[in-house]
Amino acid sequence: MLSLSVSGQSWLHKSPTPLKLIVLCVATFMLFSLQNWLDALLALVVVCGLYLSIGWSFAKIGIERLKPLIWMILVIMLYHLLTSRIEEGVVISLRLCAAIGLATLITMTTRLDAMMKVVDWLAEPVYKLGLPRRTLGLASALVIRFTPVFIERGTKLSDAWKMRSTKRPNHRLLVPLSLAVLDDADRVAEALKARGGLSSIKAGAESSKSAQTKDQRTKL
Amino acid sequence: MERNLVFIALFAALIAALGLIPKIDLASGVPITAQSLGIMLAGTVLGAKRGALAVLLFLALVALGLPLLAGGRGGLGLFASPTAGFLVGFPVAAFVAGLIMKQWQHSNIALVATVAAVIGGIIVLYIFGIIGLSITLDKSLMESTLLMTPFLIGDAIKAVITGLVTQAIAKARPEFLFSRA
Repeated sequence: MLSLSVSGQSWLHKSPTPLKLIVLCVATFMLFSLQNWLDALLALVVVCGLYLSIGWSFAKIGIERLKPLIWMILVIMLYHLLTSRIEEGVVISLRLCAAIGLATLITMTTRLDAMMKVVDWLAEPVYKLGLPRRTLGLASALVIRFTPVFIERGTKLSDAWKMRSTKRPNHRLLVPLSLAVLDDADRVAEALKARGGLSSIKAGAESSKSAQTKDQRTKL
Repeated sequence: MERNLVFIALFAALIAALGLIPKIDLASGVPITAQSLGIMLAGTVLGAKRGALAVLLFLALVALGLPLLAGGRGGLGLFASPTAGFLVGFPVAAFVAGLIMKQWQHSNIALVATVAAVIGGIIVLYIFGIIGLSITLDKSLMESTLLMTPFLIGDAIKAVITGLVTQAIAKARPEFLFSRA
């Protein structure tokens, strides 16, 4: 799975991304100013309603994503129980669930390319200052391409360690791993320069790159 | 330009990979996620500007919805959670660590990098983290600071490891220690 968005055709999927992000910002600020448990509960019910308005199976994915929250809430409640401020703990927990739930909802209903477009729009002033337009896209593609490569290399290094040592792999593996990263970066930079560099990446290169990302998507 | 871009992007990938590889033992028997170690390394190896940009790129992709944060987490929800302050502090931490590497031209790289990691990756990062905690959990700054103390030991170990790894890189590939270039 490459992105956390869930494909669909709901009203929230179709709403414009910048609008969703602005509403999310405002709503989050408002949520964190709630001081009353009833208000916070109401907010959480509204967020749950939004999930359900998209469909039951979508809501189930949402619950699955938000499961790790349970531990956080337990810790928060325990802390407030020990300092005997239960009501405060309830307000904070409800508020957090609503705020995180809402933000997760936006992530789930917005495609990666729609988010990228917003970033591109925000970066417009920097482009005007002379940053080549392909920079952000190329940088993102490189991160997406090389993260699995480095995970695999880290796993291989730790396997090699386990073959030779009775001790568990430790921080010493970080040295060969980061050296490999730097060497890779050096070679990729050479290769990029040899192909004409950043500013001259034209339509042809772009189409081959999008083919490459498609390739990774199927791999992942 | 291309060189900077590729080093920044590949270091962002390293930060992501460090949070996703099976946990390695940092101290005897204590598995800790190495992601914040990656943040510290970005500063001490790539230097202030490139390091901060690598972290920003990593965070931007997390915010856009890629599951790159430790444990395969990602998305906007993280920026509303109690630990959001740490995410905001990450690029600043890398920047400060890189700045210290540049300003303090002592020849003992391990020492300088450890101090840089402590000041950037612990002191500066904790300031952001504690402010984030006190906003999301409605606690005073003092109380939030107390909540953070259990994590100090782990982060101190990571700072020392950052120093050792940075020194090893300085020995093996001195030309890639951009923080001193």
